[in-house]
Amino acid sequence: MSAQPKIHIPHPTARPGEAPDFSYLKLSDAGSVERPPTDAALQDMEHLAFDLVRVLDDEFEAQGQWNPELGKDELLEALKLMTLVRAYDDRMLRMQRQGKITFYMQCLGEEATSIGPGMALRDSDMCFPHYRQQALYLMRGTGLLNMMCHCLSNTRDFCRGRQMPVFYQHAEGNVFTISGNLTTQYPQAVGWAMAAAIKGSDDIAASWIGDGSTAEADFHQALTFAAVYQAPVILNVVNNQWAISTFQAFAGGELRPFAARGPGYGIPGLRVDGNDLLATYAATQWAAERARNGGGPTLIEFVTYRGGAHSTSDDPSRYRPKDEWSAFPLGDPMVRLKGHLERLGHWSEQEQEDLEAEMKQHVTDTWKEACSYGTMTEGPFLDPHEMFEDLFEEMPQHLKEQQAEMLALEEK
Amino acid sequence: MAQMNMIQAINSALDVMLERDQNVVVMGQDVGYFGGVFRCTDGLQARHGEHRVLDSPISEGGIVATAIGMGVNGLRPVAEIQFADYIYPGFDQIASELARIRYRSDATFTAPVTIRSPCGGGIRGGQTHSQSPEGIFAHVSGIKTVMPSNPYDAKGLLISAIESNDPVVFFEPKRIYNGPFDGDPEKPAQSWASHAKGEVPEDYYSLPLDQAEVIKEGDEITIVTYGTLVHVALATAELLGVNAEVIDVRTLMPLDVMTLQKSVEKTGRCLVAHEATRFCGYGAELVASIQQACFWHLEAPIERVTGWDTPYPHAFEWSYFPGQKRMAAGIRRVMEAG
Repeated sequence: MSAQPKIHIPHPTARPGEAPDFSYLKLSDAGSVERPPTDAALQDMEHLAFDLVRVLDDEFEAQGQWNPELGKDELLEALKLMTLVRAYDDRMLRMQRQGKITFYMQCLGEEATSIGPGMALRDSDMCFPHYRQQALYLMRGTGLLNMMCHCLSNTRDFCRGRQMPVFYQHAEGNVFTISGNLTTQYPQAVGWAMAAAIKGSDDIAASWIGDGSTAEADFHQALTFAAVYQAPVILNVVNNQWAISTFQAFAGGELRPFAARGPGYGIPGLRVDGNDLLATYAATQWAAERARNGGGPTLIEFVTYRGGAHSTSDDPSRYRPKDEWSAFPLGDPMVRLKGHLERLGHWSEQEQEDLEAEMKQHVTDTWKEACSYGTMTEGPFLDPHEMFEDLFEEMPQHLKEQQAEMLALEEK
Repeated sequence: MAQMNMIQAINSALDVMLERDQNVVVMGQDVGYFGGVFRCTDGLQARHGEHRVLDSPISEGGIVATAIGMGVNGLRPVAEIQFADYIYPGFDQIASELARIRYRSDATFTAPVTIRSPCGGGIRGGQTHSQSPEGIFAHVSGIKTVMPSNPYDAKGLLISAIESNDPVVFFEPKRIYNGPFDGDPEKPAQSWASHAKGEVPEDYYSLPLDQAEVIKEGDEITIVTYGTLVHVALATAELLGVNAEVIDVRTLMPLDVMTLQKSVEKTGRCLVAHEATRFCGYGAELVASIQQACFWHLEAPIERVTGWDTPYPHAFEWSYFPGQKRMAAGIRRVMEAG
């Protein structure tokens, strides 16, 4: 303790040019954390907010009580999705660099935090993602073509050019429209879950935010309401260590894990290896069963790493070591899942290479098709007059006048 | 004098004030080590220390509220909200607290907080990185609302804002951070280097927080505007060959009605322009104030050129932005009426 109060300024363990240092991450051995029954009392499992639920060990073997015992087909489905998402991200990032789209956000390294949970939920459960859960949209049938057309703001864009790229939506697949304002969807998910319970349904809601977003008031509102009403909701914090340039300690991750926010509100908190698809699946399966059986909300922290830039507007080499991801102790979720399938004798390096080539081709072909619905420079274009639609169910007079004003100007 | 763009001018204002007044602190998301997502605080933490240039958690409400607390305790915080579109979680702290602390405490408590925030469209930011919410803040009694249109004004006005014992919300039109923009996205980007207002003293200077500026004198029509549209108005009037008097409001609250009045009494015609939405927008206040002061001098109804009353759509940025075509139509309406 210092002799007088002074403010503490959190520092990341390494800056550009320094050696990556993840010694701050408390790890548990794969399989070492016990899985309590889903109706366990909070006081009996508070340690789960500090431990790290892991299934895959360093040899890619599944270990312990959290092993969800997924079959070959499910594991392969997950790997295919992961490979597709990575191919999609790679293509779209390059398209942004070439000026074909205005903006993009990858989920590189964080794929398992969407795919595992997405597989463990029912299709009728509602998802409220943030902007790094593109895999969820693919899983819920949004379609690669539609997602690309959205990023192009072209004539097939499902939000008719109203949102920036990556702000997807898919009502039919029960995935909410993404907001650019952080954390707003978190308490909304709680409300959706409350409504499901009020209506007598056993559907649940799940939401995702980043570590940085836990600083927003909406996070605390979500946890308060979820706890008070014991809402059937899964609240995920994807702790990828970085919120643009600020290290997770700037959201308060230095003193206690984000999962430990849960018990403070009376909500179970699970701290989970976010790069272990089996663990992300198992944690969601546990929380979903608990919620569906009337056990209320769960807060899950997925410990992962943001492999790429925050967005195409960001340059992470200014604030973190370039090789930090390669030093991350939880590895790469795709390498680990692939390793597990190989270990089981279900997959080979050659099959993975073929799959990657196939996905790359699929993405390339789909991009071509997407461009046929319009690009930013070549038509067909959306009709700008449509910008006045859908603000209200029925267009008020002043908007009709403004729409007419726009038309009149174009005729001149 | 140095050539500065608006980012450098803002950086210089913060640097000068951090140097002059040990009570000044700068805070906000990514403003410290990284230097801000638009680079406005680049190098400030290295020069002035991490206890005076603070990275903040992602919590706009928290940023504004802690700035208030610091202000009450004698500091002079300059808080950055990364995009004006993200300011709303801090709105209660601004409208209910910051704006009223002096009033409700009979001036026994004050919080000299400045809130800086990039605003406006033109960078393909879609509906959550393009808004111009200045009218909402100008509407709140108890805060001053400022929007510069060039580097020279940005520095001088920001220094005054920081020195002001009243809270100031300071909006920075991000489209003109690197150069003036006349509303034509097809033209190559302009730089501040060749612009008179890009000449900025490196040292301390301040500009009053209650004076509009006549940017260009004229006698046929007065165009009252601020921010990015100052440049659109100048270019459009020139294109049309109309001898317009163009006034940059600069400080929306307090409003310098006298400068507007003198001009409109001379020209008899007035167009009000801003990028923000029209309905209950700041232009409505301008129109009301001008017509009240100048009714008997007006030869035509005062017209408005504004953003449409919708969110800012990603795909239709240039259909939304009130560029030269709409400015020209507005000028013609005023010139041809009466």
